[in-house]
Amino acid sequence: MSDSNTTDGTVSDSDRPKGTVERIIGSIALLKESPVGMVGLVLVCIFAFVAVFAPFLAPYRYDDFMQPFAPPFTVTADGDLMLLGADHKGRDILSRLIYGTQRVVFYATLATGTAYIAGILMGLAAGYFRGWVDEVLSFLANVILSFPVMVLFVLIISTAGASGFTIVFAVVFASAPGIMRIVRGLTLDIATRDYIAAAQTRGESPWFIMLVELLPNARGPLIVDACLRMGYTTITIGALGFLGLGLPPPFPDWGGMINETRALLLGDIWWMSIFPALAVSLLVLGFNLLADGLREVSLRD
Amino acid sequence: MTRLLVRRLSTMLLIMLTVGFILFVMNEGDPRSVARGVLGPYAQDQQLDIWIEQNGYDRFIPVRFLDWVGGVATGDLGVSVQYKRPVNEFFWERLGNTGILAGLTFLIMVPLALVLGVFAGIKEGSMQDRTISVVSIFTTSIPEFASAVILTWIVVIKLKWLPGTSSMAQGWNWLEMILPVTVLVLYGFGYITRMTRASMAEVMTSHYIRTAVLKGLPYKRVIFKHALRNALISPFTVIMLQMNWLLSGVVVTEFAFAYKGFGTMLLEAALRRDIFVIEACGLAAVFVAVFSQTLGDIGYTFLNPRIRFS
Repeated sequence: MSDSNTTDGTVSDSDRPKGTVERIIGSIALLKESPVGMVGLVLVCIFAFVAVFAPFLAPYRYDDFMQPFAPPFTVTADGDLMLLGADHKGRDILSRLIYGTQRVVFYATLATGTAYIAGILMGLAAGYFRGWVDEVLSFLANVILSFPVMVLFVLIISTAGASGFTIVFAVVFASAPGIMRIVRGLTLDIATRDYIAAAQTRGESPWFIMLVELLPNARGPLIVDACLRMGYTTITIGALGFLGLGLPPPFPDWGGMINETRALLLGDIWWMSIFPALAVSLLVLGFNLLADGLREVSLRD
Repeated sequence: MTRLLVRRLSTMLLIMLTVGFILFVMNEGDPRSVARGVLGPYAQDQQLDIWIEQNGYDRFIPVRFLDWVGGVATGDLGVSVQYKRPVNEFFWERLGNTGILAGLTFLIMVPLALVLGVFAGIKEGSMQDRTISVVSIFTTSIPEFASAVILTWIVVIKLKWLPGTSSMAQGWNWLEMILPVTVLVLYGFGYITRMTRASMAEVMTSHYIRTAVLKGLPYKRVIFKHALRNALISPFTVIMLQMNWLLSGVVVTEFAFAYKGFGTMLLEAALRRDIFVIEACGLAAVFVAVFSQTLGDIGYTFLNPRIRFS
């Protein structure tokens, strides 16, 4: 795998934009060989599509109060079809799931993306400069990683209050150290290669070397990890909503939908909590299958 | 070995102190908010000032921190704001309940995951390998709060086999433990299985296994005497690290089933800003996590002769 990476790097140097696009198409074509990965990709794409076009896809608004406790396939007096039923306040579950998709995909992407930027910068610095930079960053990472994640989230959010910002902050805070460790390990390995020594001899600046020469060659394991982490962040956002620490209502959030209505489940009013539970599981399944497929393909490479 | 032990334990102590300091500053950094928390929202400013002076909260933060560390080290965890009782009185019972939940989970999850992982890893790419891998991806994709809801609906409402909550309202009932443990095992076993599988698959391609097979040893003997010993070293570390994840899952699962353990205690304390309980919970969580990591590191070094003798 490392050999193909080095040749990739030299080819794309001459013609970077086209090379990048071709490489992405190439890797999707490779993914075709893994049926598991394809299922994951399709699932993730469906959810991404729903998230982007939520306002057009949802039959009603997420805060339209229509017919409380309507079971699935109910047609209301006004002739509106509620495919997945309505919740205890009479809001259409399907519409709330669709808007909830938008919210969870948005926050999961934002949080994971920010965590990646922070983790990559820290990991590159630790692995490239080594010495005291590495010592300090690694100790910080150890301290943060020694907290059980959910305990850390509860502590941060109960101190700072629940909002989109604190949730993103908490996820970045908790997952950047893990990303840093991976990037650090990859950097320590790649920094010994000849092309890095060549770049140093050319007199390129450390950050240019790290970001342009080093990082692109570490992308393989990072992409797989990013997929897994997207899944995990989705779970986290859902779990926070479930614990009542999620984003404030009325905007729907899968975990919050389950939490609000799970007491009714004991009275066999199942559709209010089971559908969000299935939605979150399907999205996470998509990310996990995609990650597995990508790993399989990259190993075969 | 002794040097490693000393180094590991001192790192552990340093991390505990750092975490303790962060927890302390987060919760008790501002004396007025502590006084407000203890005396309630209707206390007047003078009352707050008097309380701050009487309880020594007007001192410099590092001094107070050392004082606090001394208190915690001698077993004084402070007085709960919401219950007006020493934290010690209920803290250990709650922690013990979580210990039972986590212990049962480990007791079922670890053997299950190891057996499945070994079975999958023996023949990489075989039917059993693919089935086990896909099943473990599926179960790992269903978060605890989702599986709690789905299982409750099927097992409690539809089949009426088990009670729906685990609050132990009518005394201790093992039946109430089944669902929480199932939820935790379902979510957690996949990761260990996959790690064991990878480790086993790697060992099975090694030269000494090929030699053992070629020299005509019975296949069972090759697996049990040669392969397993080395294949189970790296899952050991994973299992110890899993403690950290299990504690996260415990918070959600306990909340889902109203189980009176560490997780529900932490949530309750966090929502009511019961600072001394929050601190105790945070310290306990970090202690368990760091201790299991240290144990994992030391155990790994001990199990792996390549590291032990270098």
